[in-house]
Amino acid sequence: MRGQVHLWAAQRVSAVFLAVAVFVHLATIMLAVRGGLSAAEIVARLRGAEGWLAFYAVFALAAGIHGAIGMRNIAGEWLGWRGRGFDALWLGIGLLTAGFGIRAAWGLYHA
Amino acid sequence: MRDRRHPAYWGFVLHRVSGIGLALFLPLHFWALGHAIQGEAALEGFLRFTDNWAFKAGEWGLVTLLALHLAGGLRVLALEFLGWRARQKDLVALSAGFALGAGLMFLLHAG
Amino acid sequence: MAQLKVRIQRGDGMAEYGVAARENQTVLDVVTEIQREQQPDLAYRFACRVGMCGSCAMEVNGVARWTCRTHVRKVAEDGTLTLRPLANLPVIRDLATDMTPFFDKWARARGQFQPKDAPNGAVPAEFAVVPPSSPKRQEADAGIECIGCGVCYASCDVVSWNPDYLGPAAMNRAWTLVNDVRDGGRRERLDAVAGDAGCHSCHSTQGCTERCPKNLDPSSAIAGLKRSIFWGVLAR
Repeated sequence: MRGQVHLWAAQRVSAVFLAVAVFVHLATIMLAVRGGLSAAEIVARLRGAEGWLAFYAVFALAAGIHGAIGMRNIAGEWLGWRGRGFDALWLGIGLLTAGFGIRAAWGLYHA
Repeated sequence: MRDRRHPAYWGFVLHRVSGIGLALFLPLHFWALGHAIQGEAALEGFLRFTDNWAFKAGEWGLVTLLALHLAGGLRVLALEFLGWRARQKDLVALSAGFALGAGLMFLLHAG
Repeated sequence: MAQLKVRIQRGDGMAEYGVAARENQTVLDVVTEIQREQQPDLAYRFACRVGMCGSCAMEVNGVARWTCRTHVRKVAEDGTLTLRPLANLPVIRDLATDMTPFFDKWARARGQFQPKDAPNGAVPAEFAVVPPSSPKRQEADAGIECIGCGVCYASCDVVSWNPDYLGPAAMNRAWTLVNDVRDGGRRERLDAVAGDAGCHSCHSTQGCTERCPKNLDPSSAIAGLKRSIFWGVLAR
């Protein structure tokens, strides 16, 4: 039960960060799509930029965890997938997803 | 059939559906960006591959879902952490408006 | 005289009755008329008939309501009423539900007042002085008028998805006591309402707040519990 409370808290804390990050993300999208997406443009912004790397790494971590906890709750309610085993599985999926995101951010930093 | 036609319920349904959509998209997004690991050219190749109306429509959908989930999430946080109990109906309407606006902005800029 | 079509859930099927449509009649009047004139073995429950006891709640055209305070002309659709027992509760017979799980959850949520000054249930020597205008008392008063009719419980989707979920009424009660400065069971109560079977599964769909016949706001009460537990965990 304490674990369940911690999952909830993790989801809300990540939500508060994501609220800010998604605003930034949406604004960046609007700017980036003007005149079409181009790899050169994206790479020019991100290559060697520690600030953006840190932002995207934390963003990916928050999004991965937030999404996985959300899916855990939905799967519990709609599919009856409950219990510590499923919790661990979802947490693993969340961290794996986040890892992929951080890998991508790293790739863009070094591109 | 039980009646669930009240604004906060619609808010919940939109939040859940957009959340599922985003959670499923997230790994794809990270995988796509991960092309950058192989350099700028690989990313550019992927971006050219997705540069057509079908992917544009999908991107528009995702931007709208993201804005919707953001605004709906702010409503939940306001209720949970600030105890904003009044004007929930307006907040749901505001969320929908914000999402539509973000979607339109995307279309204008991408077009 | 115009006729009212009334469909009532009986067991697995729906029975249909015709009743005279009158200028002034409540849904409870209609059920009583059917039971008196047409279907003597129809089971339903009521006591006060004036919105004080909360025992006549049923699902009327998809919405859980007190039938004694619901006028037929306000809810009938095309001259038809569809009546079912309250959702999320075991049915005893026809329109009468077994409220046991509902009240068991009040106990599980520690809905019992635990006097701080008299832990063993003794009567405190002095009266507690609680200013009615103090914020905590106002928060407690906001939820105190619940009479346990079960309308919110029947309107909550989370209860249908998780039968262990405490539900709005039990947690509204817990929140009332959390804000009662005379109560000494805060810590245990917050523990009892934490987790997936408690406040953390609420998605603020607000069916409870929407439907409460007393205009209480269990959804906000549950949000208050989440808030208290969140800051409490950080403080521990």
